[in-house]
Amino acid sequence: MSLKVYMDNGAGRPVDPRVLDAMKPYFTEHYGNPASFHSEGFKALEALKMARGGVAELIDGDPSEIVFTSGATEASNLALLGAAQRSRKKGGKVVRSAVEHISVINICKELSREGFEIAECPVDETGVLLLGELEKLVDDDTVLVSVIAANGEIGTLQPVKEAAELAHSHGALFHTDATAAAGQILLDVKELGVDLMTLSSNDVYGPKGVGALYIGRGVRVKPHMIGGGQENGLRSGTENVPGVVGMGEAARLAKQEMDAESTRLTALRDRLIEGALAANPESYLNGHPTKRLPNNANIRFSYVEGESLVLSLDELGVQVSTGSACAAKTLEPSHTLLACGLKHEEAHGSLVFTLGKNNNRDQVEYVIKELPGVVGRLRAMSPLTPEELR
Amino acid sequence: MYSEKVLDHFKNPRNVGELKDADAEGTVGNPVCGDMMTMYIKVKDDRIEDVKFKTFGCGAAIATSSMTTELAKGKTLDEAMKITRADVAEALDGLPPVKMHCSNLAADALHEAIKSYKEKSTKK
Repeated sequence: MSLKVYMDNGAGRPVDPRVLDAMKPYFTEHYGNPASFHSEGFKALEALKMARGGVAELIDGDPSEIVFTSGATEASNLALLGAAQRSRKKGGKVVRSAVEHISVINICKELSREGFEIAECPVDETGVLLLGELEKLVDDDTVLVSVIAANGEIGTLQPVKEAAELAHSHGALFHTDATAAAGQILLDVKELGVDLMTLSSNDVYGPKGVGALYIGRGVRVKPHMIGGGQENGLRSGTENVPGVVGMGEAARLAKQEMDAESTRLTALRDRLIEGALAANPESYLNGHPTKRLPNNANIRFSYVEGESLVLSLDELGVQVSTGSACAAKTLEPSHTLLACGLKHEEAHGSLVFTLGKNNNRDQVEYVIKELPGVVGRLRAMSPLTPEELR
Repeated sequence: MYSEKVLDHFKNPRNVGELKDADAEGTVGNPVCGDMMTMYIKVKDDRIEDVKFKTFGCGAAIATSSMTTELAKGKTLDEAMKITRADVAEALDGLPPVKMHCSNLAADALHEAIKSYKEKSTKK
């Protein structure tokens, strides 16, 4: 298979070669521990400082407000468990959107086992949070509100600023999971008014296994990784210096290149959506037509199942994801698509294309050209396909 | 995550399509779960002379349908009734554990088709 059209950047991205270059010395040359009182330790400490600056710059925060973690999941654990537990005396309710990442949903389940009341705020059929519903759910007992900045599966952008204002009007903290949004849209923590923001390194072309939590000044969270008190006592354990250096460099590059890259990706995205919908009868766009991440196209094909589509496209050198249950560990269709009001049978036929630096116009045209054959073959096999489409 | 055989049957499914002059058919599953299949059989002298399938579902659902038709073709109705889900999975060199139940319905569809055929025959 000569052609490689990787359009699953929401699941995993390549590390930018410039990022890898920045990381390399910290494996074999500067391997000191940032806690050590000698020149090698100072070098590592300086590298951490620079990296913290890079991440802070991406979201217009202060370097002192960045805590490095092992990834977005750990960052969200620290944010949600940490903030809710720390605020237990103030109240017992946590409100989250219906389109959070599975990690945030499961962390909320854990909080529910600890006695917190969890309320889910619904979204409209394009995946946009219903602020009127949020207003009804957030009350004076609420300690924390969590609304994803943009859902990586359907790409819908959320009214983060408005949601944060609502949370604050009741004295609750506000968390946003910006894993999928960071590096693609402008995220200014001060302007948005968020208290806690989850970030992932790999989603900005840094290495996997690194993430960060923005914790606004004055916001208190209970730490869960207990040890030598690194990261201001909030995340103990010797820092992953090469990984953190990678995330810092990746964030710096993301900030510099975001405008040009997002413009380029938006054009590719819109061509992919328009081309795929035009080439395939009974195909539909999931999510919002314009309020969506520059790199996300989520398209639903009636009468076929997503995993079959993924396997067939892989044969042609195209890698994508699906919201179908049949490709999930839980055997439940995507909660995000169901929250948008899709029926189970509709959610099964969805394909998620997440574009990135590694994609170009030729690849998009190739996918548009190959889709009808793939969809057609599976529709011909499907007992659900109406006569006129066979 | 799938065996070579599963992928082969997914890419090149055997006996796919509708049997226009089928003697009976059986359908199991539903689109809500993400898997639905119909087996069509043609019977001669108590043997499955021809069998075809149509399937909506994942790679495993299509591969198990295809393999079931291969196992069933030429067998007597009693022999075909004895084909189990486990037989189909084994013939495909195994299935991922999560796929053993939801996507391995083809043998059931075959059995439904045979039952339907027998009911029709006794009525005659």
